Amino acid sequence: MTLALKDDVHRPALMRRINFAVVVFLVFYLVIGLLQPAYLEPAGIMNFLRRAAPLAILAAGQVFVLVSGGFDLSVGSLVTLTVIGGSMLTANDPSNTGWAIGVLYGIGLAVGLINGAVVAYLRTPSIIATLGALLAINGVAMTWCGGSPRGYLPENFRMFGRFVFHDVPLVKIFPLAILVFAVVAALAWWGLHGTVFGRRVFAVGDNPRAAELAGVHVDRVRLGVFVISALAAVTAGILLGGFGGVSVDVGVGLELQAIAACVVGGVQLMGGRGTVVGAIAGALIMTALFTLLTLLGWPQPLKDTAQGLMLIIAVALGAWRRRRTG
Amino acid sequence: MSRASMSEAGAVATPLRRRGLSPPVILLVGSIALYVGVALFTGQSMMLHLDGIVGLLQRMVGLGLVAVGQTFAILAGSIDLSVANLISVAAVLASFIMQGRPEMMAPAVAAVLAISAAVGVINGALISRLQVNPLIATLGVGLFLQGILSASFTNFAGSVPKEFQAVAYGTISFAPFSVIGLFVLALLGWLLLRATKFGAHLYAVGGNAEGARLAGIRTDFVMMGAHALCSVCAGLTGLYLASRLRSGAPWVGRDGVYDLESIAVVVIGGTVLAGGRGGVWGTLAGVLLFAVLDASFNMLGVSAYPKLVLRGAIVIAAVAVYTVRSKELAA
Repeated sequence: MTLALKDDVHRPALMRRINFAVVVFLVFYLVIGLLQPAYLEPAGIMNFLRRAAPLAILAAGQVFVLVSGGFDLSVGSLVTLTVIGGSMLTANDPSNTGWAIGVLYGIGLAVGLINGAVVAYLRTPSIIATLGALLAINGVAMTWCGGSPRGYLPENFRMFGRFVFHDVPLVKIFPLAILVFAVVAALAWWGLHGTVFGRRVFAVGDNPRAAELAGVHVDRVRLGVFVISALAAVTAGILLGGFGGVSVDVGVGLELQAIAACVVGGVQLMGGRGTVVGAIAGALIMTALFTLLTLLGWPQPLKDTAQGLMLIIAVALGAWRRRRTG
Repeated sequence: MSRASMSEAGAVATPLRRRGLSPPVILLVGSIALYVGVALFTGQSMMLHLDGIVGLLQRMVGLGLVAVGQTFAILAGSIDLSVANLISVAAVLASFIMQGRPEMMAPAVAAVLAISAAVGVINGALISRLQVNPLIATLGVGLFLQGILSASFTNFAGSVPKEFQAVAYGTISFAPFSVIGLFVLALLGWLLLRATKFGAHLYAVGGNAEGARLAGIRTDFVMMGAHALCSVCAGLTGLYLASRLRSGAPWVGRDGVYDLESIAVVVIGGTVLAGGRGGVWGTLAGVLLFAVLDASFNMLGVSAYPKLVLRGAIVIAAVAVYTVRSKELAA
């Protein structure tokens, strides 16, 4: 009852913010298209979405944790572990791919449960808990591969990131990665906005004590959001494993990019407000920004600078709008 | 030391304090016991001699300087993720300005400290004036700095003169300058928190920003001051690294993971992440624990990667020791 009420109160403000992120993305993309018309053709759009897919999937997972009031800093290292673990488990034999992916999701589930349990039961702030997990997971990945991974994953493992359907009507080409992206986005949208669990995530993020008094099992919700984020990270890792070779820095910095994407998409840190659509729009904005800077010929490091500026501007604007609208 | 830290822990009694043990003391005793235990266990008793202990304390300096600064930011209820990038900026800037010439030492140090303070004021202004979440504000500023630095410099830039290397390598009889400097900085920080109006305001703002504002405290000035102190301390770490490495490179801060490690030791030292409770001696004890762990792993011959795993687990465990008994819900 109270939850429904809360949603009605926030709906107008939320709609405005989502539209804002989507509008910003479309403007960015239009500028890209003007600079490089190939991006406006179906194939160009499909390739753009394919490259944006891993970050969008991470953001779709991260938004659960952020809305619940926490942070998940361990996703970047989990992406690295997925790629390195994938190469160690398959050992270049395509017949191993099936069970290897199963094991990787099992690892993701375990990481999510550990993160959630440390936050829920040991009451450790999630910044510290997942920061510890980040260090530990990186250590596990490096120990597993002996510090110097190389080569590529088996072709059928890389398929998820690389395979492209040809001669598709309307769009001509359709990468499998976009299908994965669409499925994850739909699942995340349904999970956060269409289920009782999603409602509870908002309730916990808004006011954990009130949620607890209202009968929500706060601990279980916390376990749930960290598991979702970890599984999203494994999925993103599987896609990224198809994009390039096996290396120790595939996932470096992705956790911050995912949080940044959510923030740019209007998700409020410390919980209670945010949407999956916003998070994904944020991820598309970030990818568009990087693409734009590449087209403009900016050196790689200055992309960090632009990312930093955009983060601050997005959050400052959000805070300003909240103050204006109350 | 323990009385000092207990009284600076603020007005609110924590369960730990009621039991008569303050976090710094537990950490100090635990760290010493671990160090001595591992040294005896591995038969490396020379680590217990003066040289070994001075070496241990020397390990504390780089992280210790920036962690003292991070304590101010966290006490104010904020956090600073830009320190690692600022350390790189400071180290590169110092060695670039000096170019090996002793007469440029003073201008270089002045420039580094001035830029650091300016970065801190910007951080504080973004957080208190524009109401940007501290994580995002400092992350953004950090990315901004790192981008400009990495675009301008790709390798070691310039060098520091012999005279400046004394900062890291010089000693007064057996005590290195740098270790003395760290303890002097901690002492100054403790005095600032305990004996000045600014210190009292800092605890007030961290404990309850809105309450502090209604009580007439200029919370925005306090926030900018806390961040300026934090950034200046990061600048000091940058200067120390430039001195120790004899030059500065744009990756020295990131390689040291100074952002995350400084936050970890502050929280391990008993400063509450939400602000308003804690102090610098706890932080120093946390830094000592990290130095002892490093030294112990070396004595035990743990290789580099499992070390990472242990470190991550210990960060979580050390913080969980405080939080597990709390009734508050964490997020």
